[in-house]
Amino acid sequence: MRKTWWKILGAVLVIYTTIAGLLLGVPHLNILNETIRNLYFHVPMWFAMIVLFTISVVYSVISLSSKKEIDDIRAVEAVNAGIIFGILGLITGAVWAKFTWGQFWSFDPKQNFAAISILLYFAYLVLRNAIDEEQKRAKISAIYNIFAFPMMVVLLFVLPRLQSSLHPGNGGNPGFNSYDLDSRMRMVFYPACLGWILIGYWIYTIRFRTRVLENKSNL
Amino acid sequence: MKKIAFTLMMLMTTLNLFAQNNDVEMADAFRSNGKIYVVVAVIVIILVGLLVYLFTLDKRLKMLEKKSSDKN
Repeated sequence: MRKTWWKILGAVLVIYTTIAGLLLGVPHLNILNETIRNLYFHVPMWFAMIVLFTISVVYSVISLSSKKEIDDIRAVEAVNAGIIFGILGLITGAVWAKFTWGQFWSFDPKQNFAAISILLYFAYLVLRNAIDEEQKRAKISAIYNIFAFPMMVVLLFVLPRLQSSLHPGNGGNPGFNSYDLDSRMRMVFYPACLGWILIGYWIYTIRFRTRVLENKSNL
Repeated sequence: MKKIAFTLMMLMTTLNLFAQNNDVEMADAFRSNGKIYVVVAVIVIILVGLLVYLFTLDKRLKMLEKKSSDKN
């Protein structure tokens, strides 16, 4: 019980935000209409992904100095879990875009860069599989991860803001500010982000523990 | 008097806020005949099912971890 409280918290928050996100009042805005509620489900996917990738890069740095296999396993399983959320974010974003921007993929800068940053992490996994020797694999992939992480941050947070984008908050787009100020949405949006981050972290720990067990049984 | 006037003025401004953009089409009809709760119920059932599944996975893993640590 002492160790599982955050799992229960994550589950409760995700359920609460699903109910409240569908039923509570939202601002009435043109074009968006009811799809504004997607903010509670689409955006937390990206937050969860970024948190998991941050965990991964931290363990990559640790594994370079500690040279322990367990830190390398933590880094790769965090990426594995983060990619799930990234793909979900891309798909939900494409569906949302179809009904508000008119196309599944309108080559919006943020859409493109989000896809590229996921490809960066696919490359990380491919790179790992290409190296057989364990210590070499841990070292090279940790260094790659340390380069991939700032690239991801730049692709998602810096470059889209330098050009005009359909995404809110970029390139002079009025952004979500008008409804960020809406306290009704804040009451759901922030708990949703925290809840999905906790669920993402939980999935990562399950993956990590499974991998540790697998390695143990292989010995 | 001043206070009452001020309160009324604040009330008017907030009323204005609630009344804004009433012409924007929202799923009001969907909500008013109550069927939206069916959708919410279905989504929540799926979510709860998945979360319970995650808990059972976690429990099973804990058991395996215990077993393997006993062996070593």
